[in-house]
Amino acid sequence: MKLKNKEVTLDRADLEILQALQDDSRQTYTAIGKRLRISHSTVFDRVKRMEEQNIIRGYTALVDLEKAGVRNVLAVVTVYTDPKETEGVAEKLAKSCKVLEVYTSLSDELVIMAKVWAGSQEELHEFIASWVAPLQGVLRIRTSIITKKLKETYFSIENYSKRLHL
Amino acid sequence: MTVENSSRILRTVPREKAFYFFTSIGNYTGSSAVSLKEFMERINAVNVKSLEFHLGRGDFEKWTVEVLEDKWLANEVNRIMRSGLTGESLRNQLYLTVSRHFRRLTNPGSTHF
Repeated sequence: MKLKNKEVTLDRADLEILQALQDDSRQTYTAIGKRLRISHSTVFDRVKRMEEQNIIRGYTALVDLEKAGVRNVLAVVTVYTDPKETEGVAEKLAKSCKVLEVYTSLSDELVIMAKVWAGSQEELHEFIASWVAPLQGVLRIRTSIITKKLKETYFSIENYSKRLHL
Repeated sequence: MTVENSSRILRTVPREKAFYFFTSIGNYTGSSAVSLKEFMERINAVNVKSLEFHLGRGDFEKWTVEVLEDKWLANEVNRIMRSGLTGESLRNQLYLTVSRHFRRLTNPGSTHF
């Protein structure tokens, strides 16, 4: 990894380490080192640097809510706002634990898109009606309740590496 | 109905206590009402689906009782809900009821309660 003028450049080994961690973040540095033919201390140093640079933001467990017996409703909420208030509304939305993801986006107009979790449809509506709609700058809200999830994945470093022909 | 009660019902409430008009779960029209007067005006303007949605859920009754503290109006709204009206007939009846009530509240000589 190179750091120049606060800009980070990852080399092939960094990307391969990231891919290994994405495949299984519980594997040991020794196992990663063996697979990549580098020492475990090199893996350790590189991982540590990437954590310090916030390239690696954390490690987690991916939980299947249905199998865990957690009642849940997921929805994609599009919030149309006064352009002057968009950032403020997005920041406030981001503070709610019911809001899993928030983005500002641009198509014909600047909107906020959020993925929202609730225990039921009524709870979802109550949240949007009493917490989101009253926010200063909110003009309109469109909510799509997710009925079926066909795919959920994360960006794979492997795809990025292939683009760079590494 | 005392003048004091009328004033309380007719007051403007804070934004977080406004009535927000939705057409279905999570779909906010952009219309809201912070007073009985605005509520009356919105009934005439909002998508009729919104009126049907909120009436069926008891949202109008809840708001008039809990925020405006107007039990009489809540009872009248409940009566309209039980009548089974839909569409523009519903809108007309709601508007008629609320606007008459509003006029009586703003007329100091009213004794209709």
